[in-house]
Amino acid sequence: MLTGLAFYLFAAVVLVSAIAVITARNPVHSVLFLILTFFNAAGLFILLGAEFIAMILVIVYVGAVAVLFLFVVMMLDISFSDLRKGAMQYVPMGLIIGGILLAELIAVFSAWKFAPNAADNIAVPFVQSAEGITNTEAIGRVLYTDYVFAFQVSGLILLVAMIGAIVLTHRTRPGVRKQKVADQQARKKSDVLEIKKVTSGTGV
Amino acid sequence: MAPTELLLNYLPILIFIGVAVVMSCAMLVLSFVSGKQNPDVNKNAAYECGFDAFDDARNKFDVRFYLVAILFIIFDLEIAFLFPWAISLSEIGMFGFWSMMIFLGVLTVGFIYEWNKGALEWE
Repeated sequence: MLTGLAFYLFAAVVLVSAIAVITARNPVHSVLFLILTFFNAAGLFILLGAEFIAMILVIVYVGAVAVLFLFVVMMLDISFSDLRKGAMQYVPMGLIIGGILLAELIAVFSAWKFAPNAADNIAVPFVQSAEGITNTEAIGRVLYTDYVFAFQVSGLILLVAMIGAIVLTHRTRPGVRKQKVADQQARKKSDVLEIKKVTSGTGV
Repeated sequence: MAPTELLLNYLPILIFIGVAVVMSCAMLVLSFVSGKQNPDVNKNAAYECGFDAFDDARNKFDVRFYLVAILFIIFDLEIAFLFPWAISLSEIGMFGFWSMMIFLGVLTVGFIYEWNKGALEWE
Protein backbone atom coordinates (compact mmCIF):
# COMPACT_ATOMS: atom_id res chain seq x y z
CA MET A 1 0.00 0.00 0.00
CA LEU A 2 2.73 2.40 1.06
CA THR A 3 4.79 1.34 -1.94
CA GLY A 4 1.95 2.21 -4.28
CA LEU A 5 1.43 5.54 -2.55
CA ALA A 6 5.14 6.34 -2.80
CA PHE A 7 5.15 5.37 -6.47
CA TYR A 8 2.28 7.69 -7.33
CA LEU A 9 3.84 10.48 -5.29
CA PHE A 10 7.23 10.18 -7.00
CA ALA A 11 5.75 9.67 -10.45
CA ALA A 12 3.45 12.69 -10.08
CA VAL A 13 6.32 14.91 -8.92
CA VAL A 14 8.51 13.65 -11.78
CA LEU A 15 5.85 14.53 -14.33
CA VAL A 16 5.01 17.92 -12.86
CA SER A 17 8.63 18.98 -12.44
CA ALA A 18 9.57 17.68 -15.91
CA ILE A 19 6.84 19.87 -17.39
CA ALA A 20 8.06 22.74 -15.24
CA VAL A 21 11.60 22.27 -16.66
CA ILE A 22 10.45 23.15 -20.15
CA THR A 23 7.90 25.79 -19.20
CA ALA A 24 9.83 27.75 -16.57
CA ARG A 25 10.65 31.28 -17.71
CA ASN A 26 13.95 31.48 -15.87
CA PRO A 27 16.51 28.90 -17.04
CA VAL A 28 17.97 28.66 -13.54
CA HIS A 29 14.55 27.58 -12.30
CA SER A 30 14.51 24.99 -15.09
CA VAL A 31 17.75 23.50 -13.80
CA LEU A 32 16.40 23.41 -10.24
CA PHE A 33 13.27 21.61 -11.45
CA LEU A 34 15.54 19.21 -13.33
CA ILE A 35 17.28 18.42 -10.04
CA LEU A 36 13.88 17.72 -8.45
CA THR A 37 13.08 15.40 -11.37
CA PHE A 38 16.35 13.52 -10.87
CA PHE A 39 15.70 13.07 -7.16
CA ASN A 40 12.23 11.67 -7.74
CA ALA A 41 13.47 9.41 -10.53
CA ALA A 42 15.99 8.07 -8.01
CA GLY A 43 13.05 7.37 -5.69
CA LEU A 44 11.34 5.44 -8.49
CA PHE A 45 14.50 3.38 -9.04
CA ILE A 46 14.61 2.49 -5.36
CA LEU A 47 10.98 1.35 -5.58
CA LEU A 48 12.07 -0.95 -8.42
CA GLY A 49 14.84 -2.34 -6.23
CA ALA A 50 17.62 -0.78 -8.32
CA GLU A 51 19.50 0.76 -5.42
CA PHE A 52 22.83 1.21 -7.17
CA ILE A 53 21.36 3.07 -10.13
CA ALA A 54 19.35 5.27 -7.78
CA MET A 55 22.44 6.27 -5.84
CA ILE A 56 24.47 6.85 -9.01
CA LEU A 57 21.63 9.03 -10.29
CA VAL A 58 21.87 11.17 -7.18
CA ILE A 59 25.68 11.32 -7.13
CA VAL A 60 26.37 11.80 -10.82
CA TYR A 61 23.31 13.58 -12.15
CA VAL A 62 22.34 15.71 -9.17
CA GLY A 63 25.85 16.20 -7.83
CA ALA A 64 27.71 16.78 -11.05
CA VAL A 65 25.65 17.09 -14.22
CA ALA A 66 23.11 19.51 -12.73
CA VAL A 67 25.95 21.67 -11.42
CA LEU A 68 27.45 21.67 -14.91
CA PHE A 69 24.08 22.71 -16.34
CA LEU A 70 23.93 25.55 -13.83
CA PHE A 71 27.40 26.67 -14.91
CA VAL A 72 26.39 26.61 -18.56
CA VAL A 73 23.14 28.47 -17.90
CA MET A 74 24.99 31.10 -15.90
CA MET A 75 27.80 31.37 -18.41
CA LEU A 76 25.46 32.01 -21.30
CA ASP A 77 25.10 35.73 -20.87
CA ILE A 78 21.97 35.85 -23.00
CA SER A 79 18.90 37.94 -22.50
CA PHE A 80 16.26 35.25 -22.79
CA SER A 81 13.47 37.75 -23.43
CA ASP A 82 15.34 38.94 -26.53
CA LEU A 83 15.81 35.35 -27.58
CA ARG A 84 12.11 34.69 -27.32
CA LYS A 85 11.08 37.55 -29.63
CA GLY A 86 11.92 35.75 -32.85
CA ALA A 87 10.95 32.31 -31.61
CA MET A 88 7.55 32.24 -33.33
CA GLN A 89 9.06 32.08 -36.82
CA TYR A 90 10.50 28.64 -36.03
CA VAL A 91 7.14 27.17 -35.04
CA PRO A 92 6.27 25.62 -38.47
CA MET A 93 9.67 23.94 -38.71
CA GLY A 94 9.37 22.72 -35.13
CA LEU A 95 5.92 21.33 -35.81
CA ILE A 96 7.20 19.44 -38.88
CA ILE A 97 10.12 17.90 -36.99
CA GLY A 98 7.91 17.09 -34.00
CA GLY A 99 5.34 15.47 -36.29
CA ILE A 100 7.99 13.29 -37.93
CA LEU A 101 9.29 12.20 -34.53
CA LEU A 102 5.76 11.44 -33.32
CA ALA A 103 5.05 9.37 -36.46
CA GLU A 104 8.27 7.43 -35.92
CA LEU A 105 7.42 6.77 -32.29
CA ILE A 106 3.95 5.56 -33.23
CA ALA A 107 5.47 3.30 -35.91
CA VAL A 108 7.93 1.86 -33.40
CA PHE A 109 5.32 1.25 -30.72
CA SER A 110 2.84 -0.37 -33.09
CA ALA A 111 5.51 -2.82 -34.24
CA TRP A 112 6.85 -3.38 -30.72
CA LYS A 113 6.39 -6.74 -29.10
CA PHE A 114 7.53 -7.77 -25.66
CA ALA A 115 9.46 -10.99 -25.25
CA PRO A 116 7.13 -13.73 -23.97
CA ASN A 117 8.84 -14.06 -20.59
CA ALA A 118 9.44 -10.33 -20.08
CA ALA A 119 6.37 -10.06 -17.87
CA ASP A 120 8.00 -12.38 -15.31
CA ASN A 121 10.94 -9.99 -14.95
CA ILE A 122 8.62 -7.03 -14.48
CA ALA A 123 6.55 -8.81 -11.85
CA VAL A 124 9.56 -9.67 -9.67
CA PRO A 125 12.02 -6.82 -9.42
CA PHE A 126 15.53 -7.98 -8.76
CA VAL A 127 16.45 -7.16 -5.20
CA GLN A 128 18.53 -9.97 -3.87
CA SER A 129 18.82 -13.35 -5.46
CA ALA A 130 18.69 -16.70 -3.70
CA GLU A 131 22.47 -16.75 -3.21
CA GLY A 132 22.17 -13.51 -1.29
CA ILE A 133 24.02 -11.19 -3.65
CA THR A 134 23.04 -7.57 -3.71
CA ASN A 135 22.19 -5.32 -6.57
CA THR A 136 25.61 -3.69 -6.81
CA GLU A 137 27.39 -7.01 -6.69
CA ALA A 138 25.16 -8.39 -9.43
CA ILE A 139 26.13 -5.47 -11.67
CA GLY A 140 29.79 -5.97 -10.81
CA ARG A 141 29.70 -9.66 -11.70
CA VAL A 142 28.71 -9.03 -15.31
CA LEU A 143 29.91 -5.51 -16.10
CA TYR A 144 33.67 -6.17 -16.05
CA THR A 145 33.63 -9.61 -17.65
CA ASP A 146 30.60 -10.25 -19.87
CA TYR A 147 30.20 -6.61 -20.91
CA VAL A 148 33.88 -5.75 -21.01
CA PHE A 149 33.61 -4.14 -24.44
CA ALA A 150 30.90 -1.71 -23.39
CA PHE A 151 32.87 -0.99 -20.23
CA GLN A 152 36.09 -0.18 -22.11
CA VAL A 153 34.18 1.91 -24.64
CA SER A 154 32.73 3.95 -21.80
CA GLY A 155 36.29 4.53 -20.58
CA LEU A 156 37.31 5.75 -24.04
CA ILE A 157 34.28 8.04 -24.20
CA LEU A 158 35.31 9.56 -20.88
CA LEU A 159 38.84 10.06 -22.26
CA VAL A 160 37.48 11.79 -25.36
CA ALA A 161 35.28 14.01 -23.19
CA MET A 162 38.24 14.94 -21.02
CA ILE A 163 40.54 15.78 -23.92
CA GLY A 164 37.75 17.59 -25.76
CA ALA A 165 36.96 19.77 -22.76
CA ILE A 166 40.63 20.65 -22.36
CA VAL A 167 41.16 21.39 -26.05
CA LEU A 168 38.04 23.56 -26.25
CA THR A 169 38.39 25.57 -23.08
CA HIS A 170 42.02 25.58 -22.03
CA ARG A 171 44.30 28.32 -23.18
CA THR A 172 47.64 29.30 -21.81
CA ARG A 173 47.75 32.89 -20.67
CA PRO A 174 50.87 34.86 -21.45
CA GLY A 175 52.68 36.73 -18.73
CA VAL A 176 51.75 34.35 -15.93
CA ARG A 177 54.62 33.61 -13.59
CA LYS A 178 54.38 30.13 -12.17
CA GLN A 179 56.56 28.35 -9.69
CA LYS A 180 58.78 25.89 -11.56
CA VAL A 181 59.99 23.42 -8.98
CA ALA A 182 62.34 21.62 -11.37
CA ASP A 183 64.10 24.87 -12.26
CA GLN A 184 64.43 25.75 -8.61
CA GLN A 185 65.94 22.39 -7.80
CA ALA A 186 68.30 22.49 -10.79
CA ARG A 187 69.77 25.84 -9.73
CA LYS A 188 73.30 25.29 -8.50
CA LYS A 189 75.41 27.40 -6.24
CA SER A 190 78.23 27.55 -8.80
CA ASP A 191 75.93 29.04 -11.47
CA VAL A 192 74.66 31.99 -9.53
CA LEU A 193 77.15 32.71 -6.79
CA GLU A 194 80.59 34.15 -7.21
CA ILE A 195 82.91 34.78 -4.29
CA LYS A 196 85.57 37.39 -4.74
CA LYS A 197 88.44 38.08 -2.48
CA VAL A 198 88.40 41.71 -1.50
CA THR A 199 91.44 43.06 0.17
CA SER A 200 90.87 45.89 2.57
CA GLY A 201 91.33 49.35 1.24
CA THR A 202 90.57 48.49 -2.42
CA GLY A 203 87.28 48.18 -4.25
CA VAL A 204 85.89 45.24 -6.10
CA MET B 1 15.26 -10.45 1.07
CA ALA B 2 11.85 -9.69 -0.35
CA PRO B 3 11.31 -6.43 -2.22
CA THR B 4 9.10 -5.01 0.54
CA GLU B 5 11.76 -5.78 3.10
CA LEU B 6 14.28 -3.78 1.14
CA LEU B 7 11.88 -0.90 0.79
CA LEU B 8 11.26 -0.90 4.54
CA ASN B 9 14.95 0.01 4.93
CA TYR B 10 14.17 3.17 3.03
CA LEU B 11 11.09 4.06 5.07
CA PRO B 12 13.03 6.45 7.38
CA ILE B 13 14.21 8.37 4.32
CA LEU B 14 10.63 8.64 3.08
CA ILE B 15 9.55 9.92 6.50
CA PHE B 16 12.38 12.45 6.48
CA ILE B 17 11.32 13.66 3.03
CA GLY B 18 7.80 14.14 4.38
CA VAL B 19 9.08 16.01 7.46
CA ALA B 20 11.31 18.20 5.29
CA VAL B 21 8.46 19.08 2.93
CA VAL B 22 6.05 19.87 5.78
CA MET B 23 8.62 21.95 7.68
CA SER B 24 9.73 24.00 4.68
CA CYS B 25 6.14 24.63 3.61
CA ALA B 26 5.21 25.59 7.19
CA MET B 27 8.08 28.08 7.40
CA LEU B 28 7.09 29.72 4.14
CA VAL B 29 3.36 29.81 4.83
CA LEU B 30 3.60 30.85 8.48
CA SER B 31 6.04 33.67 7.82
CA PHE B 32 3.84 34.83 4.96
CA VAL B 33 0.68 34.72 7.09
CA SER B 34 1.99 36.00 10.41
CA GLY B 35 4.42 38.64 9.15
CA LYS B 36 3.37 42.21 8.48
CA GLN B 37 3.06 42.92 4.79
CA ASN B 38 3.50 46.58 3.97
CA PRO B 39 5.13 46.58 0.55
CA ASP B 40 6.61 49.86 -0.52
CA VAL B 41 8.66 50.74 -3.57
CA ASN B 42 11.18 52.60 -1.47
CA LYS B 43 11.92 49.53 0.61
CA ASN B 44 13.49 47.94 -2.45
CA ALA B 45 15.26 51.06 -3.60
CA ALA B 46 18.91 51.70 -2.96
CA TYR B 47 19.45 54.01 0.00
CA GLU B 48 21.57 57.02 -0.96
CA CYS B 49 24.61 55.27 -2.41
CA GLY B 50 23.85 51.54 -2.37
CA PHE B 51 23.65 49.39 -5.45
CA ASP B 52 20.40 48.02 -6.86
CA ALA B 53 18.91 45.44 -4.55
CA PHE B 54 17.27 43.46 -7.35
CA ASP B 55 19.18 42.93 -10.53
CA ASP B 56 20.00 40.20 -12.97
CA ALA B 57 22.30 37.82 -11.13
CA ARG B 58 23.66 36.41 -14.35
CA ASN B 59 27.02 37.65 -15.45
CA LYS B 60 29.82 36.30 -17.57
CA PHE B 61 31.62 33.41 -15.98
CA ASP B 62 35.15 32.31 -16.55
CA VAL B 63 35.12 29.22 -18.75
CA ARG B 64 37.71 27.57 -16.49
CA PHE B 65 34.98 26.84 -13.94
CA TYR B 66 33.32 24.75 -16.64
CA LEU B 67 36.57 22.91 -17.31
CA VAL B 68 36.99 22.08 -13.63
CA ALA B 69 33.36 20.90 -13.43
CA ILE B 70 33.61 18.62 -16.45
CA LEU B 71 36.88 17.11 -15.26
CA PHE B 72 35.19 16.50 -11.90
CA ILE B 73 32.30 14.67 -13.62
CA ILE B 74 34.68 12.40 -15.50
CA PHE B 75 36.55 11.30 -12.39
CA ASP B 76 33.26 11.06 -10.50
CA LEU B 77 32.07 8.52 -13.09
CA GLU B 78 35.36 6.68 -12.84
CA ILE B 79 34.80 6.29 -9.10
CA ALA B 80 31.21 5.15 -9.72
CA PHE B 81 32.57 2.29 -11.82
CA LEU B 82 34.91 1.30 -9.01
CA PHE B 83 32.15 0.50 -6.48
CA PRO B 84 30.62 -2.63 -8.11
CA TRP B 85 34.12 -3.74 -9.10
CA ALA B 86 35.37 -3.51 -5.53
CA ILE B 87 32.65 -5.64 -3.99
CA SER B 88 32.57 -8.29 -6.73
CA LEU B 89 36.34 -8.59 -7.11
CA SER B 90 36.49 -12.06 -5.58
CA GLU B 91 34.00 -13.35 -8.17
CA ILE B 92 35.24 -11.86 -11.40
CA GLY B 93 38.83 -13.08 -11.14
CA MET B 94 41.92 -11.82 -12.93
CA PHE B 95 40.01 -10.91 -16.09
CA GLY B 96 37.78 -8.49 -14.20
CA PHE B 97 40.77 -7.09 -12.34
CA TRP B 98 42.73 -6.38 -15.51
CA SER B 99 39.72 -5.03 -17.35
CA MET B 100 39.41 -2.39 -14.63
CA MET B 101 43.17 -1.76 -14.77
CA ILE B 102 42.91 -1.04 -18.52
CA PHE B 103 39.96 1.27 -17.85
CA LEU B 104 41.94 3.13 -15.19
CA GLY B 105 44.97 3.20 -17.50
CA VAL B 106 42.99 4.84 -20.28
CA LEU B 107 41.75 7.52 -17.89
CA THR B 108 45.24 7.94 -16.45
CA VAL B 109 46.45 8.77 -19.96
CA GLY B 110 43.86 11.55 -19.98
CA PHE B 111 44.94 12.62 -16.52
CA ILE B 112 48.60 12.86 -17.55
CA TYR B 113 47.51 14.85 -20.61
CA GLU B 114 45.54 17.36 -18.55
CA TRP B 115 48.34 17.61 -15.99
CA ASN B 116 50.94 18.34 -18.67
CA LYS B 117 48.63 20.79 -20.43
CA GLY B 118 48.27 22.67 -17.18
CA ALA B 119 44.49 22.35 -17.14
CA LEU B 120 44.53 21.83 -13.40
CA GLU B 121 46.45 25.02 -12.70
CA TRP B 122 44.57 28.17 -11.94
CA GLU B 123 47.64 30.41 -12.41
